[in-house]
Amino acid sequence: MNILLFGITKDIIGSSSLSMPVSNTLGVESPKTVGELKEYLGNTYPDLQKLSSLAIAVNNNYADDATVLNTYDEVALIPPVSGG
Amino acid sequence: MNSQRYIRQTTLRDFGPKAQQKLQNARVLVIGLGGLGIPVLQYLNAMGVGTLGLIEQDIIEITNLQRQVLYGESDIGKNKLEVALQKLKDQNSTTNFKTYDTFLTRNNALEIIRDFDLVVDASDNFPTRYLVNDACVILKKPFVYGALHSFEGQVSVFNYDKGPTYRCLFPIMPSAEEIPNCNDNGVLGVIPGIIGNLQALEAVKVITGVGTVLSGQLLIFDGLSASMQKINFKSRPESYKITELQETYDAVNCFIVNDIDVNAFQRLRTTANIQVIDVRSSDEYENYHLSDTKNVPLSALEEHTEEINLKEEIYLLCQSGKRSQMAYQLLKERFPTASIFNVKGGLNHYTAQYS
Repeated sequence: MNILLFGITKDIIGSSSLSMPVSNTLGVESPKTVGELKEYLGNTYPDLQKLSSLAIAVNNNYADDATVLNTYDEVALIPPVSGG
Repeated sequence: MNSQRYIRQTTLRDFGPKAQQKLQNARVLVIGLGGLGIPVLQYLNAMGVGTLGLIEQDIIEITNLQRQVLYGESDIGKNKLEVALQKLKDQNSTTNFKTYDTFLTRNNALEIIRDFDLVVDASDNFPTRYLVNDACVILKKPFVYGALHSFEGQVSVFNYDKGPTYRCLFPIMPSAEEIPNCNDNGVLGVIPGIIGNLQALEAVKVITGVGTVLSGQLLIFDGLSASMQKINFKSRPESYKITELQETYDAVNCFIVNDIDVNAFQRLRTTANIQVIDVRSSDEYENYHLSDTKNVPLSALEEHTEEINLKEEIYLLCQSGKRSQMAYQLLKERFPTASIFNVKGGLNHYTAQYS
């Protein structure tokens, strides 16, 4: 699963994308829903938890916490940006 | 109207004189005359939008010039509103301009926006963006959103023909601590030009009905990879239930900050030995700082208040005046009796006058 990072999430994670292992090859159960993914990322990158409005898209569609994730999904983390 | 003037677009089969007439009849308010507002206005004005509203209260600073390409070196220190108005009048003398020498606030937003058919949000901060959204929802006006971060930008058309709003996508306003603005974070000069031009294009589509409006979709442009993505999103019914503006849109602003302007600050600096605390990051401080100042970054301020002499007057300084405002709030809560001043407009204002 590929995760595209935008705005401040790119700065927090320090990369423009993340590759999520899809099986439990590393002994870690991979997130099955958007909610689980948020929790996983929040634990790994605590600064993400500070974002009060973080939109998540799965395959270019806005997704809520209950959205189920599949191996070949493309996920995007989209925070609001303010600059002008 | 000279029929030759717009002939390059009126000859387009899908545009024609009818769409041109719609532009002529349109009333568009552009909020902010910065990196986004400038390209929006230059193109809407060139293309023949009949009435353009300009709202801004900032002055032109040297740090604006890398992205705000309407302004030149001789304009530094002047009001953006006056300079932009002159240049836009020169560009198209047939346009009817309405100017508002103010920032958009909860007290003037409804009155100003009411007078227009379409709003372009070219502001540079979350409080204004949420205020624009709420006012447009209340008044049932569509608005073209554009916003920047470093090498990226976002564009969408909100509240268009019952389509989703800003709050459908980002329901809660982020705090100032969460996400820095352009002044503090930086933006590559050409990015606002790209995003502002996309906003101008969407404004033209909304006005004329030509093409498909970017409603219910967020376009994300990443300059570093030259990629564009469109994210589909839907309405959240609760986002439309706004019937009046919030009491306040800025948690920091509702706290009364003891501001000092850069002129008074400079007079003090040259006549007395004052304690100036620069709350920018250590990298920024190393890169540039005023003499006789001390660096205590905002992020470390709470743990390092011992570096500040609380018995002396404290002058807080940062790049734009925003982080020093936060530092002010933080210190004032812990040390209510300390004598603290916030240098309004920060180094941006200071260097515009005294570099």
